[in-house]
Amino acid sequence: MTQVPSDVIRTADGTPLRLSLQRTQFQSRLRALMLVLPLLAFLTVTFILPILDMLYRSIDNRIVASILPQTTVTIQAWDAQGGELPDEAVFEALVRDMQAAFKDKTLGRVGRRLNYEKPGMSSLFRKSGRNTRKITEAPFKEQLLAIDKRWHDVSVWRLIYRESGATTSSYFLASSDLRLNDQGEIARQPEPRRIYVTLFYRTLWMSLLITALCLLLGYPVSYLLATLPLRTSNLLMILVLLPFWTSLLVRTTSWIALLQTQGVLNDLLVFIGLVPEDARLQMIYNKTGTLVAMTHILLPFMILPLYSVMKTIPASYMQAARSLGASPFTAFIRVYVPNTVPGIGAGCILVFILSIGYYITPALVGGRTGTFISNFIAVHISESLNWGLAAALGAILLAVVLVLYLLYDKIVGVSNMRLG
Amino acid sequence: MVKNRQSIVKFDHVQKSYDGKTLVIKDLNLSIETGEFLTMLGPSGSGKTTCLMMLAGFEPATYGEIYLNNQPINRVAPHRRGIGMVFQNYALFPHMTVAENLAFPLRVRKLSNSETEARVERVLDMVQLSGFGSRRPAQLSGGQRQRVAVARALVFEPVLVLMDEPLGALDKNLREEMQFEIKRIHEDLGVTVVYVTHDQSEALTMSNRIAVFNDGVIQQLATPDVLYEQPENAFVARFIGENNCLEGQVESVDGAYCQVRLETGESIRALKVKVDSEGEPTTLSLRPERVTVAPAETTGDNLVSGRVEELIYLGDHIRVRLTVAGNREFVVKVSNTQHRTSLSKGNQVQLAWAADDCRALDTLQDTSIPA
Repeated sequence: MTQVPSDVIRTADGTPLRLSLQRTQFQSRLRALMLVLPLLAFLTVTFILPILDMLYRSIDNRIVASILPQTTVTIQAWDAQGGELPDEAVFEALVRDMQAAFKDKTLGRVGRRLNYEKPGMSSLFRKSGRNTRKITEAPFKEQLLAIDKRWHDVSVWRLIYRESGATTSSYFLASSDLRLNDQGEIARQPEPRRIYVTLFYRTLWMSLLITALCLLLGYPVSYLLATLPLRTSNLLMILVLLPFWTSLLVRTTSWIALLQTQGVLNDLLVFIGLVPEDARLQMIYNKTGTLVAMTHILLPFMILPLYSVMKTIPASYMQAARSLGASPFTAFIRVYVPNTVPGIGAGCILVFILSIGYYITPALVGGRTGTFISNFIAVHISESLNWGLAAALGAILLAVVLVLYLLYDKIVGVSNMRLG
Repeated sequence: MVKNRQSIVKFDHVQKSYDGKTLVIKDLNLSIETGEFLTMLGPSGSGKTTCLMMLAGFEPATYGEIYLNNQPINRVAPHRRGIGMVFQNYALFPHMTVAENLAFPLRVRKLSNSETEARVERVLDMVQLSGFGSRRPAQLSGGQRQRVAVARALVFEPVLVLMDEPLGALDKNLREEMQFEIKRIHEDLGVTVVYVTHDQSEALTMSNRIAVFNDGVIQQLATPDVLYEQPENAFVARFIGENNCLEGQVESVDGAYCQVRLETGESIRALKVKVDSEGEPTTLSLRPERVTVAPAETTGDNLVSGRVEELIYLGDHIRVRLTVAGNREFVVKVSNTQHRTSLSKGNQVQLAWAADDCRALDTLQDTSIPA
């Protein structure tokens, strides 16, 4: 029977086949959706929304506009590049705004926000806020200038003008050790405030190093696990997983006990005479400490995917390579290793992404030189309360991870990755 | 020891144990001739694959020496032996194309690019896979992978090729096709092949000689026809082809023949093969196609009556299962040319066979033989 292309195939009762199929599949699709719905809702509330919120905070700049509403409107008429102070109307608006904000106890937030950009702004607003209460009538300009001579500084007004918008790039600039100068141009931060680029580099470099170390240490162990008889390999597997079942804090602090200057390892080195008593090695509270502890903690994440891939490689591959004339080394490099690439890829990306955002271990054993970018994000979240900057740093970190992931997909292919 | 000039491989009192308690190979002596197709046949666990692995160099011999071209090779690493090998699951490298797989043994031998390409092309042609060079093994069918595996084991022109149940994963039709293919290649190239299988029909159709393994010992080493027609012991008789067994005791010995008294009282004249003296227990082995269903008046060496239990129509012949002398699994093949009305279930019939077709062998201790 020939079918005209435009003809629709129908079931026995005449409904189009496609429709019938959809109808029968609807039930199972609905069930699948119902099954994932709780998790989906949970993830949306606890994961996706917070991330979006964080991304928004990194550019959010509503503080100035909402607490100094009249000023932000009137200052738009001012010629910021002119070098002259704004006119009476702007001063009046600012005084009125400050009076209202002082009453609501919100003025401190503006001061703090502007202080990120220009040191001294916080105290300027505090002092002015207390004193503008007495100002009731014109001329507002003279009276405010009399309260603090810093109001004579055009750059203060430029700052208010610049940060009166709803969004700002200043957090991202600050994350890159940049700032907008008085002229509104992008400039580098002064030398002592350039810390984040170095930190990003250090985080990336150390993560790479940790990944490489994990691969170097994990590969032979995985090979052993995959090739030993099951009983022996199960025992070894327990040894690999044992740290997994131990608290992260316990593992990290035990490294402190081992590596500190008065610790086990130094005592041993002094005892056998390798290191003189007065020159004990500094192996913790620096990069070495972070490197050692993190490699140890992340090692299982390398071993498990490697093991699961190696387990599937039949012994006959190596035998075939040997029988075809390849030396053990050649057979290993040309036949075994290429077949473990999915495991290497999975392990490396897992360890790298985990370590790039690691917090606890670098915080405990990193000291001053071994801390990661995540430690500074934590500082800005919980101590300096500069959430905008923390959000910008986090967003950059997220972007770096995504870029690396895409790069990995391009080179190795994510579908090649096997986690077990 | 005098060395056979023709032999390419020689096992000299080889023993192998994995656990130090039991011997998997018990004192193996085997000489493989240049250019022959030798099959190691046996049930699983009989030691045939272990033998192959020792020859390939993946398992060390616990005792004894293996010679390749009269050179001891116990201490030669596998990759220096120059022996081609085809594995059970093909062991094609999945990350390489077919051509790269085939070029692998040539590349590790540092052959020039042009020579490598020419040889790969030639060997692809030989297994009728020209044009498949750029495919990945995963894109090939089972039979094609098998051909590639064979080609790869031959591309570096080894004098000896080992095959470890290479056709085990193929379906029946493909397996038969590949049997001919491998046989053809063997004859064309004149290469020596050592082939391991547990499939007796495969062994019979392909081999020059077959070594039947059981329990770490070669039970019989012979050409297929000798193996089938003159099995030397009960194991070989049962393992190769279909076989009727009758248990009995030697009554008298008469030159090359002997008289055997069955448990049910019948006296059978048989060839004396594995028995020496009177009173010995013995298993009589008899091929189903050598038994005739005889009219009542026939005379012959052996006349025994049996009761028909089952008739299976197979087109060209009828398989008749009877109870003979207490053996309920006695099978006779009756050619379809003879029209036999007397053959119906429950009938008592007369069976006849020649003494030369009936072999008095040893008794089999272990009666469970995997097919």
